[in-house]
Order: sequence, then C-alpha cells, then structure tokens
Amino acid sequence: MRSPSPARAVAFVNARLYDPAGGRDQPGGLLVADGRIADLGPALFADGVPDGVETVDCRGHLLMPGLVDMRAQLREPGDEHQENMTTASQGAAAGGITTIVCLPNTDPVIDGAAVVEFVLRRGREIGLANILPYAAATKGLQGKELAEMGLLAAAGAVGFTDGTRAIANAGILRRAMSYARTFDLLLVQHPEEPSLSHPGGMNEGEIATRLGLPGIPAVAEVILLERDLRLVELTGVRYHAAHISTAGAVEAIRAAKQRGLPVTCDTAPPYFALTETAVGDYRTFAKLSPPLRGDGDRRAIVAGIADGTIDAIASDHAPHDQDSKRLPFSSAASGIVGLETLLPLVLELVHQGDVPLGRALAAVTAAPAGILGLDCGRLAVGAPGDLTLVDIDRPWRIAVDRFRSKSKNSPFDGRPVQGRAILTVLGGRVVHRGPD
Amino acid sequence: MSSPAAPRSYPHRHLLGIEGLSADEIAHLIDRSELFVAQNQGADKKGGSLRGRTIINLFFENSTRTRTSFELAGKRLGGDVINMSVEYSSMKKGETLIDTAMTLNAMNPDVLCVRHPESGAVKLLSEKVNCAVINAGDGTHEHPTQALLDALTIRRRKGRLRGLVVAICGDILHSRVARSNIALLNTMGARVRVVAPRTLLPSAVDRLGVEVFHDMKRGLADADIVMMLRLQTERMAGSFVPSLREYYHFFGLDYAKLAVAKDDALIMHPGPMNRGVEIDSDVADDIDRSLIRQQVEMGVAVRMACLEVLADNLSQRNEEAGR
Repeated sequence: MRSPSPARAVAFVNARLYDPAGGRDQPGGLLVADGRIADLGPALFADGVPDGVETVDCRGHLLMPGLVDMRAQLREPGDEHQENMTTASQGAAAGGITTIVCLPNTDPVIDGAAVVEFVLRRGREIGLANILPYAAATKGLQGKELAEMGLLAAAGAVGFTDGTRAIANAGILRRAMSYARTFDLLLVQHPEEPSLSHPGGMNEGEIATRLGLPGIPAVAEVILLERDLRLVELTGVRYHAAHISTAGAVEAIRAAKQRGLPVTCDTAPPYFALTETAVGDYRTFAKLSPPLRGDGDRRAIVAGIADGTIDAIASDHAPHDQDSKRLPFSSAASGIVGLETLLPLVLELVHQGDVPLGRALAAVTAAPAGILGLDCGRLAVGAPGDLTLVDIDRPWRIAVDRFRSKSKNSPFDGRPVQGRAILTVLGGRVVHRGPD
Repeated sequence: MSSPAAPRSYPHRHLLGIEGLSADEIAHLIDRSELFVAQNQGADKKGGSLRGRTIINLFFENSTRTRTSFELAGKRLGGDVINMSVEYSSMKKGETLIDTAMTLNAMNPDVLCVRHPESGAVKLLSEKVNCAVINAGDGTHEHPTQALLDALTIRRRKGRLRGLVVAICGDILHSRVARSNIALLNTMGARVRVVAPRTLLPSAVDRLGVEVFHDMKRGLADADIVMMLRLQTERMAGSFVPSLREYYHFFGLDYAKLAVAKDDALIMHPGPMNRGVEIDSDVADDIDRSLIRQQVEMGVAVRMACLEVLADNLSQRNEEAGR
C-alpha cells in the first residue's frame, strides 16, 4: 500500500527531533532505511554519518512526523478541472502533508472496491503523498442503502462517510453504525441537520439578516451531533464528527468523551482562524459548510483544540474553480482549499499562545493517525519515514497564485503567517524542498 | 448639470442599497425626485437630460410594475431604454451572471437597472461592468428605489421623516423592501417598528435598530405610518404561516386593527397586494388614508432622479478620466 522506497538510507542530522505523541523534543539525528525510521536520538550521529548514507542537514529546524490530513476532497475521478491527485499531492507535499485521506464524493463515488483500488494505485504512482480513501457509508452517498463496507475496508478504505452530506435518516444511520461496528470500522459524519440548514448559506445571525441571506443556526450542528451520540451509545460504533464549528458541538463531544463513548472529532483552520465577518459583502470564498460562525464559537473551537476535546485538525480541502465561486452567494459552492495553509494556520494557534506546540502538532499527526489506525504520525523506530522539516518561526504571506493546487479558492490570500514546511519526506525520499 | 468642481451630494457610481448611505445622500436623492413630480403630472412629460444615454432594464425575475416604472423614468428623461428579461432558471444551466454582465457591458450601456432573485447578485454584477448599476431588487436583500419612493411619499404628506413612528408589518423575513426601508427610515431619524409572527422575522432583526412586535394592536399603537408588506408566498420554501385566513385574522390590516394607530395614520403597500390576506380592500382603497397609488406615482419620479444622478456622476467620472 505504501510508496516504494529507495533501498538506501538517509540521515537527518542537526535536527530538533519533535514527536508530538511521544513528547520527544531534543536535538539529534534520525536515520531512515528502507522507507522506515531505523533509529533516532541525540547521540545517533555522534561519530558521524556512516559512509554511503545520504545526509540531510536540518540546521536546527524542527523535524516532525509528516502531517496526516484526515479530510480532503481531491476531485479525481470526475472533476479533474478543479483538482486532480497529482496537483493535490504537490500541494500536500508543499504543505508538509505526507498522508491525505480523501472523501468519497467523486464521480464515480468511492463506493466500490474498484474505485478504492484506483485511488490507492494513483496515489502510489504519483508518489508524492500517501493517499488513502474514505469510502461511502451508503451507496452513491444517497443515504438510503448501506455500501459494501466490509469489502471496501478489505480493499483499503480507512473509514466510512457520506462526505459533505449528513446521513440524516436516524434509522439508516443506526444500521450503518451497527454494521460498521460488526467489522470495527470508523464512521465519519458531517454533522448538520439538513432540515435546519437548508436553504442556508451562512451562519444565522446579524450578518445574514443584513445581507438577506438564509441562515444556518448553530443548533443544526448540535442537534444532529447529539442525536448521533445517542446512537453511538446504542451501537458502540467508532464515531468521528467532522469539522465541528460550534461551542455546542465542543460541549457535546466533551460530555460524550466523559461518558466514555468511542467518539472523536476534528475541526478545520477556518473555524478557528476566521469568523462569519469574513463573508463581508457576499464573499463566496468565505462560504463554507458548515458555515463560519461567530467569535464565541470560534473561541470555543480554540479551547476545544487546546484541551484535546477536538482531537484533530484537517485541511477540509475543497477545491472549486472560479465558475463555482463567482456566483451569487446562495448559488456559489461551499468550501476552500486548505492543503497548503494547514500547517501555518495550526502554528498560528501556537504563536498566539492559544495552544501548546505539542498539542497543536499532535492534532495534525498522531491524533488523526490514531483515529484512522495508521502507523504514521510519530517519530519512532519502525514508523514510516514520512517526515516534515518545519521552520516554525519563518514569516511569510499566503499567496494563492503560488498554490500547487489547481483551485485558488482561499479566504486566506495575503494573510501574514509564521512557520512553513521547508522539507517534506515520504518514505525517506524528499518530495518537497521549500524556499530557504 | 453641475460643474466638476462642485461637491456631489450622491458621490457613488452605483445605487446598490440604502445601508451605508448617509442622511445627506438620501436627502439629496429625495430632493432631486421631488423636482420630477410636477413634470410627471404635466402634459409634456419629456425631458432631455438622458438624451443619448442607453439604459438597460435587466430583470432576472418577473416584474411588470417595477420594470415599467424604470422604463417610463428612462424614457421621460429622453434616454434609450431596452428591457431584457432573463429566465433565471434556464440561465443557471448555461451562461453565468458574469457572462451576461460582460456581454451587456460590451454594448456600452450607461445605466443597468437590475433585478435578481438572489441576494448580493446585483453587487456581484456591478463589479464586472463599467456603467452605473441600480439595484431594482436583489433576493431578500435590498430594493433601494422602493425605500426612496416610500420616503418621498411620506415626506410629501407628513412634511418630514424625523420622529415619525413607522410600523412595517408582515413578511419581513423575505422582504428586500423591509430591509431598505428600515435602513432608510433609521438613517433619517424615524422610529421603526416591525410587526410580524416570529416565523416571518429574520433571526437578528432586533439588531437592525427596530422595535419588534408580534401583535398588530401593540405594534400599530400611535403609529404615523402603517406599511404593509406582501406575503411573498413564492419565496416560502416551507410553511411559514398555517393558512392565509389565520394570517389575515392576526396580521391582516383592517379598520379594527388600524383604530389604535394615530387618527391621521397613513397606509402604504409596495404592491402587488394580496387583498384579503395582508390588507383589507376597504383600507387599501381608502382615498384619505391609503398612499398606495401615490407610491406608484412617486416611483417614476424617484427612478428619474436616480438615473439622472448616476448619469451625471458617470459624465463627471469620464471627464475627470479624460483630463
């Protein structure tokens, strides 16, 4: 399943070894052999790097596990004019991401083993990032009949979701949960009650009122989530709530975890870095699903990340071409590109003093890897040699025209940020070398 | 008409909404409108200030009244007026709004008067053209010329706007007329109330600087102006009120409910009316109390003023660019 890796070994010297999961933060070196971490530690290359081993001088920068992005839309197959796996892989590599988990909302939908195998094969061929698919929880993402979860999992699907659609019917969700539990599979939900969110395009409140736009109330998220949590209690399924955006959802997840339910969740950078004010005068680049919320919700999301209630942070990469966004707000597509802005926006939480470095980086490495049952996301002997070298203080300005991604729909264009990937390594192979 | 050095009282290229305009700018547009009222009542209604100008009425939503009003306004100023109706549902499949804007822009119109079923669409279009744009109603957002004509109608009867108690009643949620009127009346110092069942109010209506009522008798108490809104059944995705007869019972305007308003309270309605739903025919046709016909008349004057002001601004802009 993993990319073929060169037989030769690579030594990373003069690094600040940083393993968010294990708590390691020390100067030292790391050796990758046969695509996996063979050794690491402060004294590893005390006597110099052995002959014949390629050496990478990290110059004191932070060497961490490659980022694991547990939620991205890649548009291949079907909508390659917006993005394809090559451009997405290039964007991921530039953003320090070594594993992308993609949503099944492609054309055809990832609801058959052949499409799962196609995605895995394309990822391997491109060889710039590990691409792992979620498969549909219901056939055709229609929310009616169960997809072949057992066969799909055997083919390599890492979890099951209807992508950007909520599985709204409680009876069908219950059966999907029970069936997933049979095989101990992960079920990922887009928590939004459609009968409350439709036809809204932005957060319900003063701005929507002034703009004359139908609003989506925060309770649309909270109600579906709370209902789902009851069904988790009933079925015992491993349940993951995607991109939560409200204080109420953070509270619900916190309480569910305290009750010991097998529940995890993620959020995405716009929900802690922006508020609904970004919509301004009908700015469609700030149209997301779920919508950007008010500042109270934003602060609750930050607090949820800091205390670990929110396990992971995903890019929620949603590429859209100009034609999908240069429309009246209600008609415009939802979502933003995120592969190349995930790391700096996560580091923004650290630089602002809101989240400790270890917690912030765990949310993009070990935490999502753990939820998905992957062996990446940590600096440990035997783990994949997927690494990101980060200059965490480097100031720069996000510029959409430099994105590798085919689509440029980002509300963060021009934002000054700090910290970026200067080297991305996949299975010991350098797949991206950033500006020095 | 004014020299380039003179200060412009409405210094904007477009008229996209009332929100954000100053009291002076609004007053300027109303004052200019006043000048055309007499002209429109005379035998020779034709002026020449828009001679040589091309005005396109671009309507993505059916409308006879507003489109006719804009058309008359342009013609009475001597401009060349073209009406374009675009079926929005069929457009969604092919040409985008931006394509349409670019195509029309290439024909060098001077003013586009645009109506569109989606909030914000007229602003989006205005960003892609070189001419002036008047918002003739966008979704549930704004309908600025309606608010201006309402203000002109009120001012001519009451002599002022400041201090008047104006009750806007009915389907506020789906009403662009309400949003424009709330913005205008607040800016001009009137006291604005909204009266509606909770299902027909936007969630943060209280943040718009209005007093909120759910009972006609309370909301209309001592009102100077009672502004009824059309129950916009075509915009209602679901069921916002149980039935028209229940709506009429609690929120339809009849003399019994009007009794608590001031004795000289006046009735307005932006049209078209649903008689027997939001307003009783007797009230609507009451020549002493109802301003509904005057509103239509003032509409032409207001649109003439807006067209002329924007065309003047366009000339000045071009002169300045040419120097």
